[in-house]
Amino acid sequence: MNKNPLSLQFKADDFLPASEEEKQGLVVMRDSVSFWRDSFRRLVKNKVAMVSLFVIVVIMFFSFVVPAFYPYSYEQQQKGAENLRPMTYSQAEQERIAAGEKVTPHFLGTDKLGRDYAVRIMVGSRISLTVGLVAAVIILVIGALYGSVAAFFGGWVDIVMMRIVDIIYTIPDVLLIVLISIALKVPLNTLGDRPGFGWVGTVGPNLVSIFIVFALLYWVGMARIVRSQVLVLRESEYVTAAKALGAGNGRIIRKHLLTNCIGTLIVTTTLQIPSSIFTESYLSFLGLGVAAPLPSLGSLASTAINGMNTYPYLLIAPALLISLIILSFNLFGDGLRDAFDPKLKK
Amino acid sequence: MAKYICKRLFMAVLTVFLVATLTFFLMNAVPGGPYEAEKSISPQAKAALEAKFGLDQPLFQQYLTYMKNILRGDFGPSLKQRGRNVIDIILTKFPVSAKIGIISVMVSLLVGVPVGCVAAVNRGKISDSAIIVIATVGIAVPSFVVCSLSMYFFGVKLRWLPTVGLTSWKNYVMPVFSLSFYPTTYIVRLMRSSMLDVLGQDYMRTAKAKGVPGAVSLFKHALRNAVLPVVTYLGPMMAYTLTGSFIIEKVFTIPGLGGEFVSSITNRDYMMIMGTTIFLATLMVTINFLVDIVYKFIDPRINLK
Repeated sequence: MNKNPLSLQFKADDFLPASEEEKQGLVVMRDSVSFWRDSFRRLVKNKVAMVSLFVIVVIMFFSFVVPAFYPYSYEQQQKGAENLRPMTYSQAEQERIAAGEKVTPHFLGTDKLGRDYAVRIMVGSRISLTVGLVAAVIILVIGALYGSVAAFFGGWVDIVMMRIVDIIYTIPDVLLIVLISIALKVPLNTLGDRPGFGWVGTVGPNLVSIFIVFALLYWVGMARIVRSQVLVLRESEYVTAAKALGAGNGRIIRKHLLTNCIGTLIVTTTLQIPSSIFTESYLSFLGLGVAAPLPSLGSLASTAINGMNTYPYLLIAPALLISLIILSFNLFGDGLRDAFDPKLKK
Repeated sequence: MAKYICKRLFMAVLTVFLVATLTFFLMNAVPGGPYEAEKSISPQAKAALEAKFGLDQPLFQQYLTYMKNILRGDFGPSLKQRGRNVIDIILTKFPVSAKIGIISVMVSLLVGVPVGCVAAVNRGKISDSAIIVIATVGIAVPSFVVCSLSMYFFGVKLRWLPTVGLTSWKNYVMPVFSLSFYPTTYIVRLMRSSMLDVLGQDYMRTAKAKGVPGAVSLFKHALRNAVLPVVTYLGPMMAYTLTGSFIIEKVFTIPGLGGEFVSSITNRDYMMIMGTTIFLATLMVTINFLVDIVYKFIDPRINLK
C-alpha cells in the first residue's frame, strides 16, 4: 500500500516489543570492571612485574618442592666427597658410575663437610623466603590492626598510640634485633622442650626469635601507612551509614575500613617481604641468624668468605641468589603498586 | 620553634632511656652470665669477680647503680677486657668506624645527587634508563654481597686492592665502596623522582619564560628544591652506615666499633653491651634530631608545631 509520508497514521511495527538482538545493540555500557579485575589487567600488562613473578615462582618451586625429591639432603655428609668442584664426583661415586649406577651430579659441588651445595642453597632460600613471608604476615596483621584502631578512635587514643609508634621508629632497629635475638635464644630453647611447644624446636628457636623481633619492631611502618589511609576513609559516607545501621566498631574496621585500603595493604606487605629477607640475611651473615646445620643464604655466604680463594662459587651462588630474590620481590611489589594505584605512577 | 625543639629533645632523651632500659633487662633476662663460659675459673674467683662488678646484687639495684653512673658519664669497666674502661674502648674503636662512615656518606652524596639529576634531566633517554636499571638492581643487593663479591674480584682475583688492614688509602676503597653502595643507589632514585617533580613545577616554567639560562634555572631553582628529600634521608642513611659497618668490619677485618659490639654480645660483656648500645643509640637519635631541625630551617614551607 502506498503511504502518504505526511500521514500521521501509526505504523503498528514500531510498537512491537524489541527483540533480544536490538536490546543488546542499545546497551552502551560494557560489563562493569571490578577493582580486582582492573588491577589484575594492569598487572598482567606490566612485563617487568610478570617476569619477576615468574622468577619468584621458580625460586619457590626449587626451594619448597625440589628438596623433597632431591637425592641428597642438606645435612647429609658424604665421606670422601668434601670440597668437590661443581659437576665433579668423588672417588666412591666414580666407582658407582663405573659399576653402571646413576649418580646425581653435585651441580654446585660440595662444601668442606661433604654436603651437596645445591640442596643447601635451595634449603637456604627456603629459610629466607619463609622468613620473608611469615614476617610480612605478622607485620600485616599487627600493623593494620594497630593503625586502623588508632585512626578510627582518634583523639587521645590516636595520640598515645602514635607516640608509641614514634618511639619505636626512632629506636635503632639493628641494635635491638641483635640483642633480642640473642636474648630470646635460651628461653625459646627451654620453651621448645615443654609439651605443646615442640614446634619451636622444629622451626628453630633462632627463626622464632627473628619472627618475634619483626613482630615487635617492624610493624610501625605499616601502622603509619594504614593510619593515614583510615583517617581519610573514616570520614566517608558509607562509614556513617554503617554506624547509622548499628554496626559495631570492630565490624566497621574489619568490613569497611580495612577492606577499602586493601590495595595499600597488599602493596606494603609485598614490599615488606624483601626487606625482611634482607634483615634475616644480615643477621645470619653476622652469625646471629638460623642455627647450624640449617643453612640460610646469609650464613652460607658468611661461611664461604673464608674459603673464597679456592672455592669462589660457594660465595657467589648464595650472594647472587639472595640479590635475585630481593630484586624480584621489589620489582613485583612496584608492579603491584602501579596496578592498584596508577595515580602514584611516576 | 623552641617548643618543637624541646618536644623533639624530650623524645630523643626518652628514646635513649628506653633503649638503655630495654637492653639492660633483655641481656640480664638471658640465663648464664659473663663468666659462665670460662671453665678455667674457680667458683671463688667467679664470685669475687661478680662481687667486684656488683653482679651479685639484685637486678633492680644493679640497674639503678648503672643508670646513676651513666648520668655521671661513667660507663664502667669492661667485664672481659681486664683493666680497660668501656669508654676508652669506645673512644679508640669509634674513630675507625666513623672515618669510614663519614667518607661513605660523602661519597654517596657526591655521587648520588649528580647522577640522579642527570637521570631526571635526560628523562626517557638511554642514559636515564641505564641509571634506573643500575639503581634498581643496586637497591636489591645486600651490603654483605657487595663487599664479599668486590673483595673476591678486586682483592683476590685481580689483586688490585689489599683485603685486610687500614694502612693506605687503597685499604679504604673497598670498604667505602661497599658501605656507600646502597645509600648511593637509594639517593639516585630519590633524587631522580624529586627532580622530575620539581622540573614539572610552575616556577620552572616561569623561570624559563622570563629567560633564565638553563644552567642557572637548573642549579638555582630546581636543584635547591629537589635536594630536600635527600636531606630527610640523611638520618636513616647515617643509621644505615653505622650498623652496616658491622658487616664491613667483619669482612675486611677492620678494628671498629661494630665488630666490638657484636663480639661483646656473644661474650656477654654486660658493661660493653650497655656502653656501645647507649653510645650508638645516642648517636643515631642525635643525628635524626639534627637532621629534622636542619630540615625545618632550610625548607621554610614546613610549618613548625
